[in-house]
Amino acid sequence: MTAHPKIQLVDVHKSFGPKRVLDGVTLDIAAGESFVVIGGSGTGKSVMLKCILGLMRPDQGSILVDGEETVGLGARARERILGKFGMLFQGAALFDSLTVWENVAFGLIQGRRMDRRKAREAAMERLFQVGLGADIANLSPAELSGGMQKRVALARAIASQPEIIFFDEPTTGLDPIMADVINDLIVKCVKEVGATAVSITHDMHSARKIGDRLAMLYHGKLIWVGRTADIDRSGNDYVDQFIHGRAEGPIKMELRR
Amino acid sequence: MTLLAAVGRVFLAFLERTGRFTIFTLTALSHCVRPPVYGRLIGRQMIEIGYFSLPVVGLTAIFTGMVLALQSHTGFARFSAEGAVATVVVLSVTRELGPVMAGLMVAGRIGAAMAAEIGTMQVTEQVDALVTLSTNPFKYLVAPRIIAGLLMLPCLVLVADIIGVFGGFVVGAYQLGYNPATYLHSTWEFLKPIDVVSGLVKASVFGFIISLMGCYNGYYSKGGAQGVGQATTNAVVSASILILTTNYMLTALFFNK
Ligand SMILES: Nc1ncnc2c1ncn2[C@@H]1O[C@H](COP(=O)(O)OP(=O)(O)OP(=O)(O)O)[C@@H](O)[C@H]1O
Ligand SMILES: [Mg+2]
Repeated sequence: MTAHPKIQLVDVHKSFGPKRVLDGVTLDIAAGESFVVIGGSGTGKSVMLKCILGLMRPDQGSILVDGEETVGLGARARERILGKFGMLFQGAALFDSLTVWENVAFGLIQGRRMDRRKAREAAMERLFQVGLGADIANLSPAELSGGMQKRVALARAIASQPEIIFFDEPTTGLDPIMADVINDLIVKCVKEVGATAVSITHDMHSARKIGDRLAMLYHGKLIWVGRTADIDRSGNDYVDQFIHGRAEGPIKMELRR
Repeated sequence: MTLLAAVGRVFLAFLERTGRFTIFTLTALSHCVRPPVYGRLIGRQMIEIGYFSLPVVGLTAIFTGMVLALQSHTGFARFSAEGAVATVVVLSVTRELGPVMAGLMVAGRIGAAMAAEIGTMQVTEQVDALVTLSTNPFKYLVAPRIIAGLLMLPCLVLVADIIGVFGGFVVGAYQLGYNPATYLHSTWEFLKPIDVVSGLVKASVFGFIISLMGCYNGYYSKGGAQGVGQATTNAVVSASILILTTNYMLTALFFNK
């Protein structure tokens, strides 16, 4: 057991103008754990990940990675911390000036200063793991379908074997079979490589499969945190409504009539 | 009271922008001189700026030289000083029109492209992705463009000078009926190194301005395609205005005897 949780959020707040997105999020994520965050669209799940990565600065609160405070770090210290992370962006965010394999190998070539030929081999291996073949390696990301882009982005996120991996909706836009392949891959990253994973998903099947623990974000707060296995016995009406996808319940969709 | 508040808000926004721009410029410059240097990226930008701008700059230069010869011939006829045509052409081209015309054309071509590319990367989270892959966007995106701008604009202007003078020579010798040898002789006769050098120094400064404005506006663009379009326009307009103002200041600096 390590002394610190891998990631620790204490009372994190973030607003955009008058709009409160995170309103006091407190959370511990242990090393080697696969954590899943669920919540309605626009509740701030992606914002939460970006705050942890330092891409956005929280208005208040503290975020610790391996026991080290990361809010307000300088550029160089931030770069060092980010070396531990891999991130799959919701919109893939592939570099469209580079080919597919260069995208996947980016962290190895730029970050780890690996030889281009070796990096290419490693990239091909990753592409293979996400179900993509060598035939697309030299294409540009714009020539791929949305689901393929997502998988390339996934390959890029795990290419340098980071200690902590964030997956922002890894299976959205994939067919059910491929989604399951990706679920397996995420589980493998955690179980075999020992990485700490935080995944955002709307797909409850996927959440149950990859998550050890799960949290639900609602109105800027984590309203339920617990083991994924206990999710059906959460005793929380909000969670119940969400996992069963019912329109009726305590969560009122803000629809105009 | 509300008027006062409005004025205050505008003033504060102005201060904020000035501060942001200053910090951006200083950070960009510091990354230009600090290792690691991405030679590959600088090379690519140099080709983009230097080589692919040649047709545009060349065309601009040749017609500028030609029209200068024509105008000064007809203009100076009033003072019966047509002998000065060659000198007027070479001095105007090397001191002023070469760098300014090339600067403005490249601002339209390259400044816009930079703002559009970096802006698109910003709004599609590619810049965030760079950061999470432990790569500093200033180092990877901004510095290569600024270095390439600084180095390539003088080269372009040197070519523009030669083509411009040649254009004047063609018109002078074959349309206005000057003796080619005399024309060439008077081209050289009054040309001093400072005329060319000042033009090249200006070019370098303009190259810096173009890259800086392109990167800055792109980097701070937000709000999707519309925001990128806005950034592109701003990059070209602000670079052009800055080129014209610094041109005046540099001229005053070089030739204020
Ligand atoms: N850069 C930004 N500027 C202003 N508002 C923002 C910004 N980023 C996010 N928001 C706001 O924060 C809220 C949460 O956004 P976020 O992207 O985290 O949602 P999400 O929970 O990831 O939703 P989804 O499941 O649809 O991806 C949204 O209402 C959005 O309007
Ligand atoms: Mg999201």
